[in-house]
Amino acid sequence: MRTVLIKPTFEAWRDQARTLLTQGATPDEILWSDDLAEAALFAAEEIAVAKTGLVPRVPAAFLDIARTAAAHTDPHRWAALYRLLRRLTRGGERHLLSIPTDREMRQVQEWCKAVRRDIHKMHAFVRFRLVGTDEATGREQFIAWFEPEHRIVRLAASFFQKRFAGMDWSILTPHECVHWDGAALHFTPGVLRSAAPDEDALEGLWRTYYRSIFNPARLKVKAMQAEMPKKYWKNLPEAELIRPLIAGSPARVEEMLETEERPAKPAPKNAYLEKLRQMNAETPDTSAK
Amino acid sequence: MELQSKLEILADAAKYDASCASSGAARKDSRGGKGVGSTGGAGICHSYAPDGRCISLLKVLLTNACLYDCHYCINRRSSNVRRARFTPDEVVKLTLDFYKRNYIEGLFLSSGIIQSADYTMELVISVARTLREVHHFRGYIHLKTIPEASSALIEMAGRYADRISINIELPTQAGLDALAPEKNLARTQDAMGHIREKIDERRAETRKADTQKPPPFATGQSTQMLVGADASSDTSILQRADVLYGAYRLRRVYYSGFSPIPEPSKLLPIKPPPLVREHRLYQADWLLRFYEFKVGELTTSEAPNLDLALDPKLAWALRNRAAFPADVNRAPREILLRVPGLGVRNVDRILSARRYTRLRLADLLRLRVSMKKVLPFIIAADHTPTQLGLDGDDLRARFLPPPRQMDLDFGSPPSSADDLISVRNGEL
Repeated sequence: MRTVLIKPTFEAWRDQARTLLTQGATPDEILWSDDLAEAALFAAEEIAVAKTGLVPRVPAAFLDIARTAAAHTDPHRWAALYRLLRRLTRGGERHLLSIPTDREMRQVQEWCKAVRRDIHKMHAFVRFRLVGTDEATGREQFIAWFEPEHRIVRLAASFFQKRFAGMDWSILTPHECVHWDGAALHFTPGVLRSAAPDEDALEGLWRTYYRSIFNPARLKVKAMQAEMPKKYWKNLPEAELIRPLIAGSPARVEEMLETEERPAKPAPKNAYLEKLRQMNAETPDTSAK
Repeated sequence: MELQSKLEILADAAKYDASCASSGAARKDSRGGKGVGSTGGAGICHSYAPDGRCISLLKVLLTNACLYDCHYCINRRSSNVRRARFTPDEVVKLTLDFYKRNYIEGLFLSSGIIQSADYTMELVISVARTLREVHHFRGYIHLKTIPEASSALIEMAGRYADRISINIELPTQAGLDALAPEKNLARTQDAMGHIREKIDERRAETRKADTQKPPPFATGQSTQMLVGADASSDTSILQRADVLYGAYRLRRVYYSGFSPIPEPSKLLPIKPPPLVREHRLYQADWLLRFYEFKVGELTTSEAPNLDLALDPKLAWALRNRAAFPADVNRAPREILLRVPGLGVRNVDRILSARRYTRLRLADLLRLRVSMKKVLPFIIAADHTPTQLGLDGDDLRARFLPPPRQMDLDFGSPPSSADDLISVRNGEL
């Protein structure tokens, strides 16, 4: 049994796996482990590995799956990915990716699903706060704090780059931070929550919107929580309204139901309404067709 | 009036429009530009309110003053609701400020009708134009249009927007005559037909490789139908939806269960329909669009409304037991799609896997298929349903939720599992 200590990145795993595969190592011989001391450093560049002619080819779809699953925090992911790689290449199971019911495939797909969901939630729930304007460029500068479940900062970053190209921003997380200055993305090690700003002048208006768009006559708290679990609430400026809005709903609905019905008011004099009345008289009812 | 008060009134006024979609737009982003914004991926719900609805767009009215008197609407002229009006610049600034903080991924702008359809349309368009041309905004814009507005204005709205919509509101003209006297179904459908032509033209031009990039145009249109405000049956609602999907190529029909409003009208039922009715309509809609069901299969002449207790696919299967069991190792895709408990994605997984392996129940379990639901309807390598299962009278009873959970009345917070499934995606 050999222990393989790697930085928790897809690139580190790929380089190791390539070497092990060409050496003919079987999955049972390897004990994979995250090198967490290295993890903090997170060297940004991929290590160039001498490619030998013996490296077997794998379907591009496998690399996508592996890159996504690698971002998961489950310690068994490296071993599972290596087992899949072996079966795909040395095991003669070229069709493995087409068998979603396979137990090992299923497990890796579940990790991918969790990672993709985490990325999606990061795209949704990051909240930028304005910290100033760059005097030289005139660009507004924003900072956000986010706590992803998995190591997804790099996978999630390009979305923000495309969407917020016209402003400077940083997203800070406990694992890794990403910064955009209009020219390139930069990655730095994770920081503490206290490094991010606490508020933004617009948050009052945002809460006004959140409160007003909510319909108390259709309370569906569990539907909300399924999509916006409580773990995200502490970093969402609108979340402090959730409990009071729920608590106040029954009384608001009661009031609606008790309100006396309004009679119809006569139409005001208006040339457009007059025209509509004429059109209604002329338009044949073709709705049945 | 302060901006905050306006926002309060004009967001409250907009919340009865169920549409929240922000997907399906042409791919564009802010790289190399001067502003912010991107579209083209799956839509993002940036928040959820306790009503379970997704908040993806700043959804507001430009004004809630309105000449029309639609009795289900809080903004009708007979309502005593507080009125407010944004200036176009106020909406532009709010949109950009919210967008840059990642609260939203675009704007959904509608308006009460003031002075005339054209006057109102011009105001709405001016907001979108300023966002696109002055601020280089490349985020999502959904504009509500008015069927009676001039076709030039509707086309202009389409050039700035990613999506445009006209609410059909009720499935029949008789319903509109009673509750929304200014609205006309034929004119609405004519306007939708016009928009469809423009969308199709644009799509055809985009496909021609040798032409220059055509000017942008909205990639889809949607609409909303109210449920339970008039006596229309689910059959009539689904038939109208089917026409809109077929002849007018709508991206989405939204169903909005009528819910009490703070300014009730004398003409409307005080008791709203159960929320689950709206949910069943979304499920039926899903069957039409993704499961190859025909509209006539969803309801029967004896029962023109969907079964509230069972999802429409299961209800269909129980009415058509002779079509089962289906062999997961042999049955064609269109048959597997009819099996209660099998979604589109899992059907495709089954089709892929069975080329290499004989599927057993454990395989389906791994795909998280509900055994309780599928077992009576399928054959697998290690399973054949008992004849008794499919023929027995108790099969329907087996799928009914226990009676206590059947409290579908409005008022008490929803407690049944069915209500918890997001209405937004209408998943089966």
